[in-house]
Amino acid sequence: MNILVSPNPHIHSKWSTRSLMTDVVIALLPAAICSVVFYGWREALVLAVSVLSCVGFEWLITRCLMKQRSTICDMSAVVTGLLLGMNLPFTTPWWMVMIGALVAIGIAKMTFGGLGQNVFNPALVGRVFLLVSFPAVMTTWVGPVHFADAFTGSTPLSSVNEAILNGTPVTEITSQYSYGSMLLANLGGSAGEICALALLLGFVYLCVRKVIKPWITLSIFATVALTSLIFWGIDSARFTDPAFNLLSGGLILGACFMATDYVTSPMSTLGGIIFGVGIGFLTMMIRYFGSYPEGVSFAILIMNAFVPLLNRWCKQKKFGRA
Amino acid sequence: MNTIWTTIAIISLIGLVLALVLYLVAEKFKVVEDPRIDEVEKVMPGANCGGCGFAGCRAFAEAAVKAPNLDNNFCPVGGNDTMAKVAAILGYEVKEKAPMVAVVRCNGSCANRPTVNTYGGFASCRVKATLYSGDTACAFGCLGCGDCVAACQFGALSMDPETGLPVVDETKCTACGACTKACPKALIELRAKGPRGMRVWVDCRNKDKGPAAKKACAAACIGCGICAKTCRHEAITVADNIAYIDPDKCKLCRECIAMCPTGAIHESGFPKPLDKEATKARILERQKKEREEAAAKAAVISSEVEKSKPQEEK
Amino acid sequence: MRKPTFSIGGVHPHDSKISRECRIEPMPLPDSAFLAVSQHIGAPAKPLVAVGDKVKVGQPIAEPGGFVSAYIHASVSGTVKSIAPRADLAGNPVMTIEIAREGDEWMEGIDQSDTLVTDIPDDNKALLEKIKLGGIVGLGGATFPTHVKLSPPPGSKCERLIINGCECEPYLTSDFRVLLEKGEQVIVGAAILKQVLGGVPCTVAIEENKPEAIAHINEVIAKLQKLSPKFNGIEVMTMKMRYPQGGEKQLIDAVMHRQVGSGALPISVGAVVQNVGTALAVYDMVQKNKPLIDNTVTVTGECFPHQANLLVRVGTPLRSILEHLGGIPEEAVKVISGGPMMGKAVANLDAATLKGTGALLLLTEKQTARKEEGPCIRCGKCAEACPMGLEPFLLQKLSRNGDVEALEANAAQDCIECGCCLYSCPANIPLLDIIRLGKADAMKAIRDRAAKK
Repeated sequence: MNILVSPNPHIHSKWSTRSLMTDVVIALLPAAICSVVFYGWREALVLAVSVLSCVGFEWLITRCLMKQRSTICDMSAVVTGLLLGMNLPFTTPWWMVMIGALVAIGIAKMTFGGLGQNVFNPALVGRVFLLVSFPAVMTTWVGPVHFADAFTGSTPLSSVNEAILNGTPVTEITSQYSYGSMLLANLGGSAGEICALALLLGFVYLCVRKVIKPWITLSIFATVALTSLIFWGIDSARFTDPAFNLLSGGLILGACFMATDYVTSPMSTLGGIIFGVGIGFLTMMIRYFGSYPEGVSFAILIMNAFVPLLNRWCKQKKFGRA
Repeated sequence: MNTIWTTIAIISLIGLVLALVLYLVAEKFKVVEDPRIDEVEKVMPGANCGGCGFAGCRAFAEAAVKAPNLDNNFCPVGGNDTMAKVAAILGYEVKEKAPMVAVVRCNGSCANRPTVNTYGGFASCRVKATLYSGDTACAFGCLGCGDCVAACQFGALSMDPETGLPVVDETKCTACGACTKACPKALIELRAKGPRGMRVWVDCRNKDKGPAAKKACAAACIGCGICAKTCRHEAITVADNIAYIDPDKCKLCRECIAMCPTGAIHESGFPKPLDKEATKARILERQKKEREEAAAKAAVISSEVEKSKPQEEK
Repeated sequence: MRKPTFSIGGVHPHDSKISRECRIEPMPLPDSAFLAVSQHIGAPAKPLVAVGDKVKVGQPIAEPGGFVSAYIHASVSGTVKSIAPRADLAGNPVMTIEIAREGDEWMEGIDQSDTLVTDIPDDNKALLEKIKLGGIVGLGGATFPTHVKLSPPPGSKCERLIINGCECEPYLTSDFRVLLEKGEQVIVGAAILKQVLGGVPCTVAIEENKPEAIAHINEVIAKLQKLSPKFNGIEVMTMKMRYPQGGEKQLIDAVMHRQVGSGALPISVGAVVQNVGTALAVYDMVQKNKPLIDNTVTVTGECFPHQANLLVRVGTPLRSILEHLGGIPEEAVKVISGGPMMGKAVANLDAATLKGTGALLLLTEKQTARKEEGPCIRCGKCAEACPMGLEPFLLQKLSRNGDVEALEANAAQDCIECGCCLYSCPANIPLLDIIRLGKADAMKAIRDRAAKK
């Protein structure tokens, strides 16, 4: 008998890169389904184009440019595609989605060396690229088709942003939205912003499956709540209240799925908390004082750049060492 | 117009001040170095391989400049040419060294050495060696994961997919010795290239006793000592069940190759292939003659002794 | 109440204790016993016999070759056939004494009966000497000579004896069966060890997945405490199930909440840890005069038809054990000496058991084959799993680059090679394989520096 010899350990856990990525896709499904239900076939088209073109570009780059074995089987391109699609308004034309996918996979991921090497979250880079290149399309939102009078208008956050710029009290805007409706189905916004509850469901699934730890997400929520509480307390006419900030925009999607991306987040718990606090604080600063209505994407990308430093500074305590 | 002049004046002034600062700092932190270090470094191969025992070519140059002579400093990559240049710069004498080449001392190819188990861990000889003896019954042979190939900076080593053993490209090998250090079984030896590249060596390091070694590998040195008996130049010694050919004493007659029962002795660089049968027959003939001569001599001596004995008795 | 466990890292592999119901049975005596002279950590033992000598069971055949070394005893009676290098489990030649068995004749003075002897002699020095003469080594895996561990260096004081019954490795059940079937002997052995260490309190640490053993040992302790005050101060601690709880440093952390420093010995925090099997061996030697000539070996694996816990004489060839239980099944590809996390894969089935061989585990291709290595996704699961608080992802990179200085700064030398990092890596990066090399380099650098001073 030709026996097998290898170093210990001789068994392996159930985890694999593919299973972890598949879990993220499963966690994103409720929100994706919700958005398709609310927005209809055009949303489905955006998601499908985004996922297919992300996977397709990765296949092309690995096979034709790098002449390597394709890495699409690890499911990471599917996750990127799904996240990118959920970050775009359903009115985005298909060719624009493809440009976003090319930037996400081609520039943000593969130029750095592929999975595990990228500094910035690929889906966010793709989204921000579209945001600064085609601001008109990216910030005009159309209300859900299922509502009686589908309206072309703005998201709660961009209305607030306008109000601040015009000097009108924000309470006039925020009073239009009830928190219950925001939790279940936000009025206007990209797919990922439509149903906070579905997103939170996915987040709980990831935590239960031990795919991610909740610290980064919770610290973002806590910081956003605390920062807005302070500002709101100072001047409730100029600044929006904590609940509005937690529920509006892409905060939940960003905090649950983008900030917790393995590759672009710190590894230690302490590093994760600092990372989360940074994102929360920057988000609120951009929302309150920036010219863009939404700050989560920028905040995450800025904090992504600090991850190598956080990994170096925040190490867990070693056994038996002071 | 005035603004332009003021601007030019201010920028020039800033430039001057900064230049002064730079100059002062450069003066203050000036490192005085022997200019010969730079000169020596220029003639070095620049591979920074560490084959000389120093961290790189510059470290070698520094050490060479400091040393009283060049006896302990030798660049194996540049060889005698480079060392002659270094010696010329430093005004030292340099002893010519015979050019060396890496030689793999294992012939346990897939055909010669059947595997008895399969390795399933990280493909590294060092990892494998710390875990167990290897996937054949020979505990001394090549592990086949190519640590030596990875260690070679000059692309002189490659794994032969057919035999599973590393092959040295003589034209590229600089004898830096990185592979000898990388091999956990110490199978690679730096040997003198030999006259016109001709050399003979024992291609095995199995210290097991003959039958065990033979069972593990068809081409193993079984320590039988026939080669040592055959050699007329006392170049071959057998220790720990393994023969070794001293390259300094070897006269490249190749008689040992003809006589080795397992084919463990290898040659390289000879223009004509060895006619093993003819050589063997010639050696056996010679040995027979020697034995006969010795027997005749012994007979003469004993007869002389016998002759002398009765005389004494008388 | 939360059950105690160690504070950093750890993993939860399925415990797979499929041989837990198998009673300990004696293995038929082998035709020949092969006793290697290095079966323990430290210097190899020096043979006391010559080829052709007749030996009896329990007769010392090799004496310690240094301070940290141990006696080796004949495990079968017969004639010494050879003293020569022989391939060990890993295929490397090791000096081995081969005894061709003739009958089963024991040395005089060895009590082979089952009667429990609970009276413990008072002379601690004599006890320690006896433990040394018994050739007893730690049976938890490291095989460190027990008498050395029981003689704390001057200036250090033992505060607690921990009897390690965690058996945190999946599949292994030998310690569990010993606790269940020979609980009295183990506790008497623990009392002897405790007395030698100066009457310190003693904790028997057992993981929660062995409730029968916990209940039984509690009963045994209560029963023995009625007999003699020497059994006071022994208690059972139920540990949370977690790997590597049975690691010495982890167990001390779990029981005493003290962390042994880098490169330090357990005694530096006042702890001595002994395995259940070791306590039993101490009982056998001190009370019954029987040196360490056999041990309990779990033979198991899902693919194996006859799970068993066998009492095997030291030096029995592995092949004969497997053949006794019906041979190696077709689908088994790997034989492991020890558990699946830290055990060593056997390269040579003709090798014989050692004192420290606690299990033979057979795994199938599906269970054990390594999967293809992918890129690191920086998930941090390895760092989360490392019980020493190290960063395996970083160490493996440094190790690949050969950066010894950085390896040392990042505590590569603290690695206990438990395998948690590789077990949990989703990208199947051979972390431990590579880190082990870096650890060796870092330890060498430290040793070289110490030698220079």
